[in-house]
Amino acid sequence: MALDVFAPWDDPNAKPLIQFQNVTKRFGDFTAIDDLTVDIFEKEFFALLGPSGCGKTTMMRMLAGFETPTEGQILLAGEDIGPVPPNKRAVNMMFQSYALFPHLSIWENIAFGLRRDKMPKDQIGERVEEMLRLTRLEKFARRKPHQISGGQRQRVALARSLAKAPKLLLLDEPLGALDKKLRQETQFELMDIQETTGTTFVIVTHDQEEAMTVASRVAVMDHGKIIQVSTPDVIYEAPNSTYVADFIGDVNLLSGKADPQGDKLHMHWAEGQPAVVGSPLEGATKGQDVHYAIRPEKVSISAEKPENAANAIQGEVHDIAYLGNISTYHVKLAGGQIIKAQSANNRRISRRAFTWEDKVWLSWTDTAGVFLER
Amino acid sequence: MRRMTWFNVTSLTFGFAFLYLPMVILIIYSFNESKLVTVWAGFSTKWYGEVLRNTAFLDAAWVTVKVAFLSSCLATILGTMAAIVMVRAGRFRGRTLFSGMIYAPMVMPEVITGLSLLLLFISLGMDRGVFTIVLAHTTFAMCYVSVVVSSRLVSFDQSLEEAALDLGCSPVQAFRLVTLPIIAPAVISGWLLAFTLSLDDLVIASFTSGPSATTLPMKIWSSVRLGVSPEINALSTIMILVVAIGVITASLINKRNVMRQRREEAAADKLA
Repeated sequence: MALDVFAPWDDPNAKPLIQFQNVTKRFGDFTAIDDLTVDIFEKEFFALLGPSGCGKTTMMRMLAGFETPTEGQILLAGEDIGPVPPNKRAVNMMFQSYALFPHLSIWENIAFGLRRDKMPKDQIGERVEEMLRLTRLEKFARRKPHQISGGQRQRVALARSLAKAPKLLLLDEPLGALDKKLRQETQFELMDIQETTGTTFVIVTHDQEEAMTVASRVAVMDHGKIIQVSTPDVIYEAPNSTYVADFIGDVNLLSGKADPQGDKLHMHWAEGQPAVVGSPLEGATKGQDVHYAIRPEKVSISAEKPENAANAIQGEVHDIAYLGNISTYHVKLAGGQIIKAQSANNRRISRRAFTWEDKVWLSWTDTAGVFLER
Repeated sequence: MRRMTWFNVTSLTFGFAFLYLPMVILIIYSFNESKLVTVWAGFSTKWYGEVLRNTAFLDAAWVTVKVAFLSSCLATILGTMAAIVMVRAGRFRGRTLFSGMIYAPMVMPEVITGLSLLLLFISLGMDRGVFTIVLAHTTFAMCYVSVVVSSRLVSFDQSLEEAALDLGCSPVQAFRLVTLPIIAPAVISGWLLAFTLSLDDLVIASFTSGPSATTLPMKIWSSVRLGVSPEINALSTIMILVVAIGVITASLINKRNVMRQRREEAAADKLA
């Protein structure tokens, strides 16, 4: 079973395709990338996720060859690519603005890179047709970029960057310009194409949902550093810091003093409230400052105090957000803190169980949340 | 549509009369039989024959075209290069000074440009002729070209060039295959502007030409000083005709391009 899972990052013998080794990039006084080390493996769909200005685009531009590291090395298949100019790299990029050549037809756009390689004419034709089929653009081959829709342009950009069969494909916010519905469809298309072609993809995005959907691993970045690299489920369920927990999805964050008791960790966090109980945090000593993160969907809401719940707090419904599939309750505790709890609306037009200013109990198990050091 | 008020009609009539009456009179008198310019003596095309037999005029016309062609080509190359540096190079020491210096000839009185160039040519010991006029015209036309081209370059998406590099172009190929075709309309308009400016320049050409080279505007100016002959009227009418044909052709081509683009956009909208 475990053998079938694609996880080269857990295999100590796997050779990474790309290695960032202590890479630093400065623009004047500004440090865009700060002593960054990370490995990316072949056939991975690797997402760089972070707010704007966190250095994710700089990382991508260094891979493409438009920027060179100030310090450190970037290895592609074991070789330092620092001195290699962009036109000599087996790396292609899909630009955020698509950067389609407006004076050339779709066909010519896709053939552009192949012509530069002096590929024989008939082979170019074959390859372009193959790319057009892959991206379902056969009907538009003779059109110019301004004669097709945004979604089609996005596919042309993808076809053009894949045509040269690069070792590595870089995608810079590839779906940013599409509306939500089209974006979701295209995410699955991207994953299919990545699987069919077996190309390594590195995607830059600020949309956490997009990163979670498409990527095999996600790197969460902040201020030129990678905070956590892991699979989407680990990033979501076991974040290594409050920054990651807060950046990905919705979360309740509590802070307090640690109090290890047997095989559980207790956290005293507010006067008059019971301590939060959860799985221990390694190395936590009594009295140490710790944080606790729990996702709203793991908090249950009930009118009566539940029996045997590891954690149970009383509060009053402050606000209700109805989102169709789920409802989020903002519950105000005696000390003024707000805790969010979600419940799925799995019955149609059922009467809401709770309304504003109702006294309710919030409860969760001792494994539902995680303790964090920072 | 709103009806034309008497005020609009009057201002339109006076405006057009002000602009075109002199030319109409010139054209009418070019068909005058009489040797005296202001006395009408019946219809004739004989002055056109005279012009076409007058080798001095034809030589001057040839010199003018030659100068205009060479100087507009040089100005286009230099002006485009300057525009690229100004738009692309970002901040460098002396950028403001440099950009100011590119645009200075636009506001400089022609007399001063002409005189300073004359002094330069004399101090360098250059024989004045076609070559020096070409240099002079290149100098002042270059700034117009660079203004036209840089306005297009500002809206040029630089990631297009990066995409070309990414797909395997050398920087020179990227310029030739991507940048140049996209900015071509601006480069062509720059060239046309430079060509026209050179065609009708009198002042700078007078300063920088020598006895071996006389341009058409110089020739016309010097003939008129001896009295306006009907021959000049005929020559001027020919020039008006040539310019009119040029302008009408250019605007027709432009209009056709705009229409085509609109049709294509409409077709694309239907697809979307």
